[in-house]
Amino acid sequence: MRNGIPMLSIEHLHAAIGEKPILRGVDLVVHAGEVHAVMGPNGSGKSTLANVIAGREEYRVTAGSVLYQGGDLLAMPPEERAKEGIFLAFQNPVEIPGVSNLYFLKAALNAVRKHRGLQELDVVEFRDMVLERLRRVEMGEDLLRRAVNDGFSGGEKKRNEILQMAVLEPKLAILDETDSGLDIDALKVVAAGVNAFRSPERAIVVVTHYQRLLNHIVPDFVHVLVEGRIVRSGGRDLALELEERGYGWVQPPGVEGGEEAHP
Amino acid sequence: MTLPAEARDRYLAAFKRAAADGTGRPAWLRRLRGEAKDRFLSTGFPGVKDEDWKYTSVAGIEEREFDIAPRGVGLTSSDVAGFFPEDAAGNVLVFENGRYRADLSVRRPLPPGVHLGGLSEALSGGGDGLVPNFSRSPANAFTDLNTMLMEDGVFLHVGKDVEVPEPVHLLFLTSGGERPVMAHPRNVVVAGEGSRVTVVERYAGLSDAGCLVNAVTDIAVGRSATVTHYRLQEDGPDAYHFASLRARQGTGSRFAAHSVSLGARLSRSEVHAVLDGEDAVCLLNGLYLGNGEQHVDHFTTIDHARPGGSSREYYRGILDGRSRGVFRGRVIVRKDAQKTDARQANRNLLLSREAEADSRPQLEIHADDVKCTHGATVGPLDEEKVFYMRSRGIDECSARGLLAYAFAVGILRRFDLPDIRRTFEEKLLAWLPAAGRIREFLHEPE
Repeated sequence: MRNGIPMLSIEHLHAAIGEKPILRGVDLVVHAGEVHAVMGPNGSGKSTLANVIAGREEYRVTAGSVLYQGGDLLAMPPEERAKEGIFLAFQNPVEIPGVSNLYFLKAALNAVRKHRGLQELDVVEFRDMVLERLRRVEMGEDLLRRAVNDGFSGGEKKRNEILQMAVLEPKLAILDETDSGLDIDALKVVAAGVNAFRSPERAIVVVTHYQRLLNHIVPDFVHVLVEGRIVRSGGRDLALELEERGYGWVQPPGVEGGEEAHP
Repeated sequence: MTLPAEARDRYLAAFKRAAADGTGRPAWLRRLRGEAKDRFLSTGFPGVKDEDWKYTSVAGIEEREFDIAPRGVGLTSSDVAGFFPEDAAGNVLVFENGRYRADLSVRRPLPPGVHLGGLSEALSGGGDGLVPNFSRSPANAFTDLNTMLMEDGVFLHVGKDVEVPEPVHLLFLTSGGERPVMAHPRNVVVAGEGSRVTVVERYAGLSDAGCLVNAVTDIAVGRSATVTHYRLQEDGPDAYHFASLRARQGTGSRFAAHSVSLGARLSRSEVHAVLDGEDAVCLLNGLYLGNGEQHVDHFTTIDHARPGGSSREYYRGILDGRSRGVFRGRVIVRKDAQKTDARQANRNLLLSREAEADSRPQLEIHADDVKCTHGATVGPLDEEKVFYMRSRGIDECSARGLLAYAFAVGILRRFDLPDIRRTFEEKLLAWLPAAGRIREFLHEPE
């Protein structure tokens, strides 16, 4: 079933912010076509993991390796990763007043296309493509004219992330708490955008605190991250079990086999 | 700070020469010049102990010898062509080292009730109409120096209810001689009741030689009149540039002062607006860019003297290299100025560790029923924004340049003259790192 070189292969990954260790040995293998959910309580390192994959420099990798399509991901600057097909949907998308969403999308898309040896899209092709993707996330055309995320509501920002993903067509998409701050209708729209993006060539890692998003984006694998380590992995049922029993049920590493692990 | 004897002799000699050239000038002006000379020679240039000059040292000016530029024609039309506004349909008046050059200027018909010409010419006719509009406060060493040494500038008078449809462009060019020159242009703009006019002052250096440009512009904005003023400073890299813009606003008037400072080793742009009638509206909107060793000072006062006024003040600076930006924004709300609505914001972006910015908002509120806000920030680019752009495939250098562009362009977007706005968006782009790539990026995808 899982043949060939993995899309993403993380081994024994340690990362710190400043001197503070956050990830303490993460192992994770993601193949094309798969959807993985990484769940965990606040402060467990979920966002750190997402940001390390995207290349955020404030997060210092202190040990371990990350291979992307067999190559050393950690050696690549963030823009290279993006051009090679990695996309991070931000937990808190950044506002960039003064730069229109449309300019931003076009520049990003052309950077990616150029790298892949594709022709830059002409104006008409670009517009048509963006408008089509825009409909998928049920966003108004006016959002293209506005500055990137500037004055957007929380829901609009998250949809804008999904729009960028739909336009850039990455191979590996990481969604960092994309469900936070969304009402149920917005959540459905976002989930539909992500589901439309699923394909055998692509992989998705959904980072979330809550199970609720996983009702709409059904994962193939669920991992529970606690104190910087994946303490449990399983299928979709694991998410439901977590929902029911809470994170207290899974144990931080080092106390495995404690009383509560065997209720 | 008293003037050293050697400098005193030099400025006195310059004054005598200017006074000799100005024989036939009206008595009121001779008196003003004499008073300004006495003040300047006794107090000299301000020192850093003077609160208003705490962050800006002008010691370098005192030490250097600037001559009044010799009379005679230096600039040719090809010298000035590059500075002419694109597609300008209005009048363009050219000044060389502070003197009007009618031969290089482009004059086009103006509506009846408008006078536009050299100040010197207006003064030779007695200039009695100028008296109340000539010597506004506040005065300082540089405005005094201007008064004692000024020769020419522009005089624009717009009659009641007249609208001047095209902007009036004033081009102040400094042409280097063998010795560093100084120019003291003096401009007077009087906008009558209900009139509308736009004035664009542009300063540029045609050589890299040191010079001192010390301009004063006094504007009277009549009742219900609208005056929009642009000032674009691109003096040469060894220039010292001083400018005072002093506006007095009547009831229901609107005054906007837009500015971009790019040039000069040391510049100080002062704007002082007095809202001297009810319900006056004032906008000060400026961008400054510093690099290398440049020192850029903006020193402003908005004086709400009457009720119901509203003012907006937005200044942004980008400082790179070892440059230093200084902003002082004083807002006074007098006791009578109830229902005043004043907002001020100064933001500074530091692109290098060695760059520096000092921001000093000063609110003096003597009325109780007012809305006043102010904010000041100094800091580097937000690394989270840089990362966000990079994570979308945009290279780091372009991301930084684009964020800096985005930081500044909001000021230019308030420019309501599209030609000027485009010209300065281009200049801003050219100034930024990775200019070429950013330009490509901003290309309108339509």
